[in-house]
Amino acid sequence: MTVPPVAAIPGERSRARRGGRSEDGAPIGSSRLSGYVFVSLYVVLLALFGIAPTAYAIYLSLTKVGGGIAWGSNFTRAFQDFRFLPAFEHVAEYLAIWLIAEATLILVLALMLHSLARRTSAAFRFLFYMPGALAGAASVLVWLFMLDPTLSPWHFLLSILGYAQIDLVLQPSHLPLIFAIMAFWTGAGGWIVVMYGALNNIPDELLEAAKLDGANAFQSALRIKLPLIKKWVVYMLILSFAGGTQLFVEPQLVGQATAGLVSNTWSPNQLAYYIAFINDNFNEAAAISVTLLVLGLVGATLLVWRTKLFEIN
Amino acid sequence: MKLSHFTWRIVGLIVLLGFTAFFFVPVIWVLLATTKTDVQLTSSGPFSLGTLSHFVHAWKALFGFQSDAMVGWLENSAIYSFGGVAIAIIAAIPAGYGLALTQFIGRRTLLAITLVTMIMPATALVLPLFLEMNSVNLTDTPWAVILPFSFFPFGVYLCYIFFSSTIPKDLLSAARVDGCNEWGVFRYVALPLARPVVALVAFFAFVADWNNYYLPFVMIASNSKLPVQVGLEYLISSTEAFNPGNPGTGAQLVQRPELALAILVAIAPVAIVFMFAQRTLVKGMLAGATKE
Repeated sequence: MTVPPVAAIPGERSRARRGGRSEDGAPIGSSRLSGYVFVSLYVVLLALFGIAPTAYAIYLSLTKVGGGIAWGSNFTRAFQDFRFLPAFEHVAEYLAIWLIAEATLILVLALMLHSLARRTSAAFRFLFYMPGALAGAASVLVWLFMLDPTLSPWHFLLSILGYAQIDLVLQPSHLPLIFAIMAFWTGAGGWIVVMYGALNNIPDELLEAAKLDGANAFQSALRIKLPLIKKWVVYMLILSFAGGTQLFVEPQLVGQATAGLVSNTWSPNQLAYYIAFINDNFNEAAAISVTLLVLGLVGATLLVWRTKLFEIN
Repeated sequence: MKLSHFTWRIVGLIVLLGFTAFFFVPVIWVLLATTKTDVQLTSSGPFSLGTLSHFVHAWKALFGFQSDAMVGWLENSAIYSFGGVAIAIIAAIPAGYGLALTQFIGRRTLLAITLVTMIMPATALVLPLFLEMNSVNLTDTPWAVILPFSFFPFGVYLCYIFFSSTIPKDLLSAARVDGCNEWGVFRYVALPLARPVVALVAFFAFVADWNNYYLPFVMIASNSKLPVQVGLEYLISSTEAFNPGNPGTGAQLVQRPELALAILVAIAPVAIVFMFAQRTLVKGMLAGATKE
């Protein structure tokens, strides 16, 4: 759902800097021209499928269905829709659980794997990473089975909690947690690999020095390893935040499988879809899309300019 | 002190095994479920093994569902993903090269836009994209899915990082001194060295495209043109166990073992790529991270 976690190529910054540009005998004029040729196809795609739809969404959100400027009325109507606030609340709850789980469990697991022998840790990383292949609709289906007490391999856990039927498990108040579990199941492994790579990047001498100074495993994890991989944690959290606001397939499929137990306007994206295609009001739907875009843009901008994770020189 | 160290190791081991179960038990359960009947799913233990004949039965039922619908969905997924990946690569390799190793006005701006669009999830753009495609009568055609797929800024960023960190400047200068023009430098020096990053971009683009649900869900109306991810939703709505009161539209019904098999078939291409590409991938992902 989000961009794959690998932009996090820890340590790329220093290397990228070494590369640089062509002050190397290439005639500037021809280099400049050829630069445009090299990026041309990508720029066309960017314009058509990145910038144009963004501009179109903004335009739609500010105009009326029949034409004419609407100013903020599409936004106020969307915000006042009785389904709008619940949809954003659902996603906020889901994000709170998912981001806390990321910031704690993924780090603990990565630190634990990092303290194991290389080969053992590689085996664990592979096992954690594989469910990533089941992202999307497949993971929802898998968890529909996992959460059905009548056939789940976890039925002992479900019965301890007092759930004998899937309807009881899939209560509306449980859904944010359930979607967070799905996200963790498919997404955690990839991030663990990235965090492990970031941990691997910490110079041995530093950890040795800490050890000589009397730091135990916990102290060196907390005081040395964590601060050094902090920016990757921020990166992970912001990407997950931006991606998490876009929830669609999970509530959509669970709704489908439970014959209406889950509202078809559970998430903001579902609501936008509903308003666009069922109410036939693309302008109001665009107001929701723009709201989501702004949330994503804020996250992306923070990430690019505040964390200095990316090399743009 | 020693004892507490030992205790912590045990606690750590239990935590790791617990998470291993969390990540892997569902996979094992789905594999086993394909060998059982629908009744056995609830009556026999979750980890019991069924028989090969039940697997064959599920296979036939799944692929016989609505006259080979599943095969068609898989073909559509393949066409959409391969089409999107191919154009994405053709655009990303020269773009990454241009951003990393040539100079032009607007280069930094383009890089910044690439980063922002790469991080922002594309889902919010799907509705305006639908209108855009609709205005040129492309909705419900493969192009409505392939073209948005082919815009893959993350791939451009990967290529940019690759070219700026692995191609020595001296090599390019040498080629220029030898009389290569800018295109020749790219074609004969940079491109042959770019093989690892092509694989990397192809992997991420393929996984993202194959697993994409929302874009084809909005763009494609005809059942026969759906990719398999959206096809899965159709299978759920035809599954008796999930819709007991409302058995679809009087169409054929799907049993749960067939649905489990459908999951495996639907993700098989991605899983295969995951398994076979793992070594190169992790190497590529951590290109900058592993100690030298």
